[in-house]
Amino acid sequence: MNRHFELELESLKTILIKMGSVVEENVNNALQALLEHETGLAHKVIENETRINSLEIEIDNAIIDLLALQQPVASDLRFIIAAQKINNDLERIGDHAVNIAESDLNLLKIKPLDSMLEIPKMVVTIKLMLHQALDSFILVDPKMAQTVLETDDQIDNLNRSMATEVIELLKSDKKTIECGLELIRISRNLERIADIATNIAEEVIFYAQARVVKHHAEEKR
Amino acid sequence: MENGQIRIQVKSLNLWYGEKQALENISLDILTNQVTALIGPSGCGKSTFLRALNRMNDLIENVRTEGEVLFEGINIYDKSVDAVELRKKVGMIFQKSNPFPKSIYENVAYGPKIYGIRDKKSLDEIVEKSLRQAALWDEVKDDLSKSGLSISGGQQQRLCIARALAVDPEVILMDEPASALDPIATSKIEELIFELKKQYTIVIVTHNMQQAARVSDYTAFFYMGELVEYDITRKIFTTPSIKHTEEYVTGRFG
Repeated sequence: MNRHFELELESLKTILIKMGSVVEENVNNALQALLEHETGLAHKVIENETRINSLEIEIDNAIIDLLALQQPVASDLRFIIAAQKINNDLERIGDHAVNIAESDLNLLKIKPLDSMLEIPKMVVTIKLMLHQALDSFILVDPKMAQTVLETDDQIDNLNRSMATEVIELLKSDKKTIECGLELIRISRNLERIADIATNIAEEVIFYAQARVVKHHAEEKR
Repeated sequence: MENGQIRIQVKSLNLWYGEKQALENISLDILTNQVTALIGPSGCGKSTFLRALNRMNDLIENVRTEGEVLFEGINIYDKSVDAVELRKKVGMIFQKSNPFPKSIYENVAYGPKIYGIRDKKSLDEIVEKSLRQAALWDEVKDDLSKSGLSISGGQQQRLCIARALAVDPEVILMDEPASALDPIATSKIEELIFELKKQYTIVIVTHNMQQAARVSDYTAFFYMGELVEYDITRKIFTTPSIKHTEEYVTGRFG
C-alpha cells in the first residue's frame, strides 16, 4: 500500500547490510592478521573503523527520520527498533575488531608463542556466528538466528579454557607473561563479539516473530 | 534551507477579513517539485494563506491583501492578472470532494472544454492521462459514463485531482485533501502526492501533523496569522529551531 515508506525501509535495510559487511570484513581481517601475523591487515582494521563510525551515524539519522516522520507500527516498528539495536551492536563489534588488531600489533612486537591455544578454534566459530547472524537478518531467517544463539555456549567454554590454559602457561614460564596477557585480551574480545552476534540474532527473532528470547524471557513467562 | 528553484515567492503578505488581520507579514518561498505542508492550530491562517496563493480569497467579501505573491515573476495581485487564468495554473483540491453531477468523463473533460479543446480524440487523451496520473484510471476505465457522484469518497477525491490535472497546472494547492477519508483512501492520496510532485509543485494544508510529516519535504508552522517557522520537514519534526514549533509538533499545545 504505502510504497514510499516501504522503499525507505528497504533503503534502511540496504545501508545496514552495508554496515554489516564492513564490520564483518574488519573482524575477518583482524582475525587473519592475528593468525598470520600480518601487520598491514591489522593497520587496515584500525583505519577502517572511521568508516564504521560514520555509517553508524548515517543509520542513526535514517532511523530518527523514519520514527519521526512515518509513525511506524507492528512489524515496521519492530524492524526499525531491531535495526537501531543491530546498528549499535555492529559498531561495538567494530570496536572489538580494533582491540584485536591492536593486540595483533602488540603480539608482533614480542616473541610470539608457538601455540595460540584455543584461539584458532574460537576464530572459526566466531566467523561463522557473525556471518550467520548477519545472514539471518538479511534473509529474515529466525531459524538461522536460533543456531547462532545455540553456538554461543561453545565460545563461552573455549574462553574459560583459554583462561585456565594461559594461567598454566604463566606458571610454567614467566617469560610468556606479556604474550599470555595479550592472548587473554584477545580471547575476551572474541567472546564479546560472539555475545553481540547473539544479540543480533535475538533482534532478528524479535523482528521476524515478535518473540523476545533474550534473558530467557519466554521461559520465565 | 536547501537551495531549490522557487515556484512561488511570497513577500510580506498581509491579509485582512474586514478589520481582522488574518495574515501578518508572511514571506516564504515555495520550491518547485516539492511538497510544502502548512500546519498550525485552527484559525492560525494556514488555509487563508493557501487560498491567497491562487486568489481564492477574492471570492470572499471584505478581504484586503497587501504584499506580493510572485508566480512566474509576476505579482498575482496585479490588476493585469486574470484570476481564472491563474487558477488554471495554480489548481486547488478541497477538503470535501466536489465532483460535478456529471459523468466521470465529463468531470475531467470539463476544464479542457472551457479552455477551448473540442476535438474528441484530444479530450479522450486528456481524460485518460489525467485519470492515470490521479491513480484512478484502472478503477474507472470500464465505465467512464458513470456519475462522478456514484464512486467512493476516496475515488471522488482522486477524480477531483484528475479534474485539476486536466487543465495542465503547475502548482496544486490541497486543503485538507484526506481529512474526510478512511485510512486506506488517505494512504492512496498520500502515495499519489509522492507521484505528483515529480511533475507538479504541491502545497498542502493539513490538520493531521503526522500526514504533514509523511508527505511533505518542507513544513511551515503558522500561529495566529504569523509564520513561526519554515524549514525542511525532517528538521521541523526532529529538531525544530523554535520552542513554539517544538511545543506544537509534540502536542503540548494547540
